[in-house]
Amino acid sequence: MTSCEKAAVICNKAQYNEASFLDKLKLRFHLFACKNCTVHSEKNAKLTSICEKAKLRSLSEQEKVLMKEFLKKES
Amino acid sequence: MPAIKYEYQNENMKLIKSNSITFGGDNKQMPTNQLFPETWVDSYADYLFNYAVGRVSDAEIAKDLVQETFFAGLKSAKNYKGDAAERTWLIAILKRKVIDHYRKINSKKGKAEVRMNYNASSDSEGDWLEEQVADPFSNFENDAIENEELGLAIHDCVSKLPKKQSMVFKMKTIQGMSTEDICNELDINPSNLWVMIHRARTALVGCLNQNWFEL
Repeated sequence: MTSCEKAAVICNKAQYNEASFLDKLKLRFHLFACKNCTVHSEKNAKLTSICEKAKLRSLSEQEKVLMKEFLKKES
Repeated sequence: MPAIKYEYQNENMKLIKSNSITFGGDNKQMPTNQLFPETWVDSYADYLFNYAVGRVSDAEIAKDLVQETFFAGLKSAKNYKGDAAERTWLIAILKRKVIDHYRKINSKKGKAEVRMNYNASSDSEGDWLEEQVADPFSNFENDAIENEELGLAIHDCVSKLPKKQSMVFKMKTIQGMSTEDICNELDINPSNLWVMIHRARTALVGCLNQNWFEL
């Protein structure tokens, strides 16, 4: 039986489509038996869906470094 | 008896009133908000960027506006009274920058006119003016507003995470980088990365539960 910690890792990987088929199967079995992880897994999936819905954007680290340099130079 | 009681109550009220005045006085002496320009880019760049993108719909222009905002903030830092929080103050500057941007692109008189062109792809016959009116049953506009607010709420929560966790979360979720690339860039191993992702996601769910709707 997969432990809750391992199940959480698989669950997180699954949010980024990086869980293997076998991993997903293990997760399914674990969720079948563990209620806490089921709740966590549902919330995690919800977080993924709202992050997609919000169409998040961010500046890359590189752009931020350039911005910092510009501000340092100008100030 | 009632008259005395009344006076007594009055006394009490006076007491409360004078108390509140001294409290108000103390309030004024309380330390106000301060500016820390060296942390601006790390703390607010993404928040401001999302705000700007929602208004100008162009990432490059939004980036420039954010940079101009920080620059204007630096220049007028001495005028900051400390009444508003740092971010609120920066957002206020950004709002002016967005307005200035639209003024600039609409500077020629002709561009300021509202032009209604009938959609060339469809038939030019029919009640074309009526068709230009917004559809009252459409939820599309509300969705866009709600999604923008959601985006800002998420960024607000992400900015409260520890620096490394927020960095990993942004790289993975927003920029969609692969696990391998992130590990190389930050010099960490994959299991380390997944632990950070797990902590960030759990904290985010908790934060969004407070600031947004129940997850």
